[in-house]
Amino acid sequence: MFEDKERKLCIICSKGTLDMAYPGLILANAALMEGIDVTLFFTFWGLDIINKKKMNHLKFVPIGNPSMPIPNSVGGLPGMTNVATAVMKREIAKLDFPGVQEFLDMIADAGGMLYACKMSVDMFHDMHMMNTEDIYERVEGVVGATDFMEMSEDAQIIFI
Amino acid sequence: MSTKEIAGKAIEFDADGYMADYKQWDQQVAEALASDIGITLTDAHWKVINFCRTDYEAQGDAPTLRRITTVGGVPTKDLYQLFPKGPAKKVAYVAGLKKPSGCI
Repeated sequence: MFEDKERKLCIICSKGTLDMAYPGLILANAALMEGIDVTLFFTFWGLDIINKKKMNHLKFVPIGNPSMPIPNSVGGLPGMTNVATAVMKREIAKLDFPGVQEFLDMIADAGGMLYACKMSVDMFHDMHMMNTEDIYERVEGVVGATDFMEMSEDAQIIFI
Repeated sequence: MSTKEIAGKAIEFDADGYMADYKQWDQQVAEALASDIGITLTDAHWKVINFCRTDYEAQGDAPTLRRITTVGGVPTKDLYQLFPKGPAKKVAYVAGLKKPSGCI
């Protein structure tokens, strides 16, 4: 029982919508609870999850999602994204899952390592969409894809 | 289901390896179970264990790690230090509770 494992998990978060942020956070936290070594790599739109200005305002977009029980013509009406986001946030809270920032704190406190993708940070910086100062303090560093390859040696990788 | 002698008592364990009946538990059993998994219990451990047992009696399920933090008042960092590499399951095991089913 509880034998020491040498398991490593790397999760790449590439999406910045609320519904695509949670799977990575939940899996990272679950892995840490199992004693698995965890590294999270935030790239492209996934950077929103660790962007201080955006992390607590991620949205769930109902349009273009065939799983939604409402047609696109309704989902695309003004304000529908905010309504859908509020409903999803309420349901997440009901299950006692924390908000994004608190979730990142939990993961970092549990020993999970957070990294931002250098190429994406440079690109968004160039497009005036974010600055390096916007990156959440719990993020260990901004690293390139080759650094990620070194970090993820012998790890299982999940791409979200 | 299996029976093992723990701290001089015949304790029943379920298929997951957790105590089948939390009422068979006492302080000596907890100390023996903890030492089994390489943990020496301190006051800080007892605070977590006691919260988990009280919460289990009220809720009928071993508390999630988040619940131990938000309701029990023990920070995440401390939980990982006290019960390294798998705090939720290790606490439940030592506290004589069933395997926790929560995801958080």
